[in-house]
Amino acid sequence: MAVLLLAEVTNGELGLDATAKAVTAAKQLGDVTVLAAGASAAAAGDAAAKIDGVSKVLVAEDASLGHRLAEATAALIVSLADGYEHIVAPATTDAKNVMPRVAALLDSMIISDASGVVDGSTFERPIYAGNAVQTVKSNDAKKVITIRTSTFDAAGEGGSASVETVSAAADPGLSSWVEDKVAESDRPELTSAGVVVSGGRGVGSEDDFKLIETLADKLGAAVGASRAAVDSGYAPNDWQVGQTGKVVAPDLYVAVGISGAIQHLAGMKDSKIIVAINKDEEAPIFQVADFGLVADLFQAVPELTEKLG
Amino acid sequence: MKVLVPVKRVIDYNVKVRVKADGSGVDLANVKMSMNPFDEIAVEEAIRLKEAGKADEVVAVSIGVKQAQETLRTALAMGADRAILVIAADDVHQDIEPLAVAKILAKVVEEEQPGIVLAGKQSIDNDMNATGQMLSALLGWSQGTFASELDIDGDSAKITREVDGGLQTISVKMPTIVTVDLRLNEPRYASLPNIMKAKKKPLDEKTAADYGVDVTPRLEIVKTEEPAARAAGIIVGSVDELVEKLKEAGAV
Repeated sequence: MAVLLLAEVTNGELGLDATAKAVTAAKQLGDVTVLAAGASAAAAGDAAAKIDGVSKVLVAEDASLGHRLAEATAALIVSLADGYEHIVAPATTDAKNVMPRVAALLDSMIISDASGVVDGSTFERPIYAGNAVQTVKSNDAKKVITIRTSTFDAAGEGGSASVETVSAAADPGLSSWVEDKVAESDRPELTSAGVVVSGGRGVGSEDDFKLIETLADKLGAAVGASRAAVDSGYAPNDWQVGQTGKVVAPDLYVAVGISGAIQHLAGMKDSKIIVAINKDEEAPIFQVADFGLVADLFQAVPELTEKLG
Repeated sequence: MKVLVPVKRVIDYNVKVRVKADGSGVDLANVKMSMNPFDEIAVEEAIRLKEAGKADEVVAVSIGVKQAQETLRTALAMGADRAILVIAADDVHQDIEPLAVAKILAKVVEEEQPGIVLAGKQSIDNDMNATGQMLSALLGWSQGTFASELDIDGDSAKITREVDGGLQTISVKMPTIVTVDLRLNEPRYASLPNIMKAKKKPLDEKTAADYGVDVTPRLEIVKTEEPAARAAGIIVGSVDELVEKLKEAGAV
């Protein structure tokens, strides 16, 4: 049985962490072929070939595949689908954009955000913001699956897969890229960081979010935010952790001024150690925290930053 | 231009979901049901397009059980002009999968010929995040998912999307399917007079069979369980104690 895995490729670069985690899940299904697609993808393909457990890499380079546009990328995957029983991808926003489109073109029902592999056709996935876990068995000939990366460890390096070039499918010409607005940051990437410090509505303003960022920098952490903080304009959208934002499972998650709505817990409750700092002792975040501190964050966070020297 | 807005009836956003002890699913008995919050944002955007003179009719459609009538009445009370209910299940516990929903919607699109379909990016029950993309694939249309801004200009639309790295803006050919994210707009509340008026707005009832779509699930639900619970933690008394505990645990 063979698996085709869409690698996470952004502007020619491989998203190694997300791709390697998806490889860990895909290996359990069969022989893994990785597809690296983009306006430039050769370097990403070479990097993917080194992931342990990858047996072949296909590289598709074409202007139409740049900027991860769904229509052209889905057409490419469908053109390559023969001979694969599983088509998988890490559940990034790019793959969530592309993979349901692939599934519909193949007349398959997508399995989104799989958090566990039971066997070749049976998968676990969270529903209701992670308040329930459903085990589903697919009866489709081709299974199209996105993998929730936070529940799988990244496959290591050490592979030496062969790399082949494939051509892009005809460009449907339905959409075009205009611009990206990406904040440059020296901090670790949110979904793969070992430590995450997140702020919520309690932080109160964009200016005061600097408190969160200073603590994060002290810990070498990524910065996250609750939906309330993002909606209020304290933090950018790509920092949002939760049901509809990013799902993280770091070794240490520090939640500051976050009440802990179920939609937020959905994105972080698999973290190894959770710390909550909140002045409201009734806040639901304390129910999932390993260490809770009932305190005013404007005093506790600077003090914590200083004492973690 | 006509706007088609699919809406789903789901457990209310604020309700704590309970998993049934026998593993057969989630308890829906006596639970408050509402319109999927992302779909409210889609309805709001459709109404704003009409108010801005860019659309002339807003049609809401729901696929599911008969009770989804209430969800459609909410859309009508917000400002949709008419509604279509496609009954595809008798049992409220039967979720119609995105692929089947997309197939029915594709038929509705054929009939209604909208210039745009505005949908929520995901429903908060099954969290699939798939129906819009699947509909787009079946129709061979363009797609703009996770939209936080939408600007329609003649035969194209500019869409700003919330993606992992930040924001991406794309231009898509019309007709198109847009799935909406949280920050596109803030949906209005329906006023009492509009709720009364909505009762008189047209609501057509159809069935999945009318459209010739087989809604048999492709995914067999083996079981539904509670997630593993976290062990209870402790409340520390000071920052010093917190630092000490974190050091003991090897976390810093």
